[in-house]
Amino acid sequence: MKLVFERPKSLQETKTHYCPGCGHGVIHRLVAEVMDELNIREKTIGVAPVGCSVLAYNYFNCDMQQAAHGRAPAVATGIKRVLPENIVFAYQGDGDLAAIGTAEIIHAAARGENITVIFVNNAIYGMTGGQMAPTTLLGQKTETSPYGRNAQSAGYPIRVCEMLSTLDGVSYLARAQVTDVKNILRAKSYIKKAFETQINKKGFSLVEILSPCPTNWGMSPSNAIFWVKNEMTKVFPPGIYKDWEEER
Amino acid sequence: MEKILMKGNEALAEAAIRAGCQCFFGYPITPQSELPAYLAREMPKRGGVFLQAESEVAAINMVYGAAGAGARVMTSSSSPGISLKQEGISYLCGAELPCVIVNIMRGGPGLGDIQPAQSDYYQATRGGGHGDYRTIVLAPSSVQELVDLVYDAFDLADLYRNPVMILGDGILGQMMEPVVFKERPKRELPPKDWATTGMKNRKQNVINSLYLDPVKLEEHNWKLYRKYKEIEEKEVRYEMINCDDADYFVVAYGIAARIALSAIEMARERGIKVGLIRPITLWPYPAKAFEEVISRAKAFLTVELSLGQMVDDVKLSVNGRAPVYFYGRPGGMVFTAEEILKEIEKMRGVA
Repeated sequence: MKLVFERPKSLQETKTHYCPGCGHGVIHRLVAEVMDELNIREKTIGVAPVGCSVLAYNYFNCDMQQAAHGRAPAVATGIKRVLPENIVFAYQGDGDLAAIGTAEIIHAAARGENITVIFVNNAIYGMTGGQMAPTTLLGQKTETSPYGRNAQSAGYPIRVCEMLSTLDGVSYLARAQVTDVKNILRAKSYIKKAFETQINKKGFSLVEILSPCPTNWGMSPSNAIFWVKNEMTKVFPPGIYKDWEEER
Repeated sequence: MEKILMKGNEALAEAAIRAGCQCFFGYPITPQSELPAYLAREMPKRGGVFLQAESEVAAINMVYGAAGAGARVMTSSSSPGISLKQEGISYLCGAELPCVIVNIMRGGPGLGDIQPAQSDYYQATRGGGHGDYRTIVLAPSSVQELVDLVYDAFDLADLYRNPVMILGDGILGQMMEPVVFKERPKRELPPKDWATTGMKNRKQNVINSLYLDPVKLEEHNWKLYRKYKEIEEKEVRYEMINCDDADYFVVAYGIAARIALSAIEMARERGIKVGLIRPITLWPYPAKAFEEVISRAKAFLTVELSLGQMVDDVKLSVNGRAPVYFYGRPGGMVFTAEEILKEIEKMRGVA
């Protein structure tokens, strides 16, 4: 029989702890496929965040460090400065990157740190049970915004790609959604480009991925996909925000 | 060997480079500024990394990443900045990563002042971060000793896979003294086969402090405990001066010990048989120094540039077998030898 589909070498054989319909599994696979295709697995060091993807080191089949909440870009910086010829990526959620870790992400980007960041935006804190995140949409109900996020008391969602695109140190910046085949493939092409940016020593790269969290949104997996497509993309428009190759 | 006149902070920086420090991450704060300035100048010339981080928090996490990648790495700060590093220190201890952390202490609490103090003793020796952990704490009292302890700090960190803190104060960092950078034989150290350097031809390495299963976390905690016990057995350091015939003892570390020594000389001229116990490791604490003299000790006087923190360890070591007195000046005020002499005389009058 001909083998037509298999696990990427960059993923370990292990049971998933992610909920049904969660986007992390798809995004892990995309990163792993890219690592396989670029043949960088054996020289890659990943940095796992705090949040649902804290256990990323159980999934990625490469060396990993687990970072304190929000500090993944600083940890990745430390690794990359010691091992500039290796590939270093940080995998972060929205609470990790856009709330507690805003200083670390902005300054890693401003330094043009030659690392790649995979930023998973699902507009909620998943691991702790569904609290309001810095990317929670206005009106969105969460454990800590039970009447819907109210701009007057809770402010507005942070658009990370738009914010980071103002920084000269950033070389590649894109936002995708893991909602359907076309968009998943597009997300993969962005991730690949981000790693190629690092391989070519062009500086900081980040891909934001809009991702469903049916459990904490209180939706079915299919409705969660629609919500990403129809609601999240209005606030967080997908696309390429910065590309060092286009700028030349 | 050549003697050079150097400021404490700069001598520390030079010693770190000579001890093989490959990376430095820090954030500006007084009174340790000469240290990063020296490294910013020297590290690029000598093949090392100097990076000014966006915060103390980021700096200590860069240390985590670099240590996890197998490098000899250092950060330095002063009291308020060290408070910000505590989360990172807890993670470093949990993940068993070697590194050197320098605290050139200033007055507190809060923003305090920029004058010399010793009020971070609790934070350094009790663990300012969360969880059951220990950091080795070295307390030099001269620029030469500071230099010598920097080499030891890196070796101890690598030997035990544990952060080592050098606890100095604003005087030590700022004062100039002659130093010799001695050539030292390289110590035999375990290979860093746990470092994340890319998993070519080996299994995956993970740097981590998360153990969701409490059975596993308890195991990990006991493993750390055994390591701390080994350090307590093997790494205690202290100096005893004028103790052979003494029946009164002053206990002091760092710059306070230098001042105490002058007071002791003055007291001896007055016929008081007083000696100095100077802990060099603040953790592990040299309790055994007290055993050497406890049978003839009439009293102990602890002097610190604080409201009294190390005095707790003195009391634990003495364990009720002799009176323990305390004299201190907090807030960045430095006592004189005469002030200590007065306390020595008081101790003798009472005890």
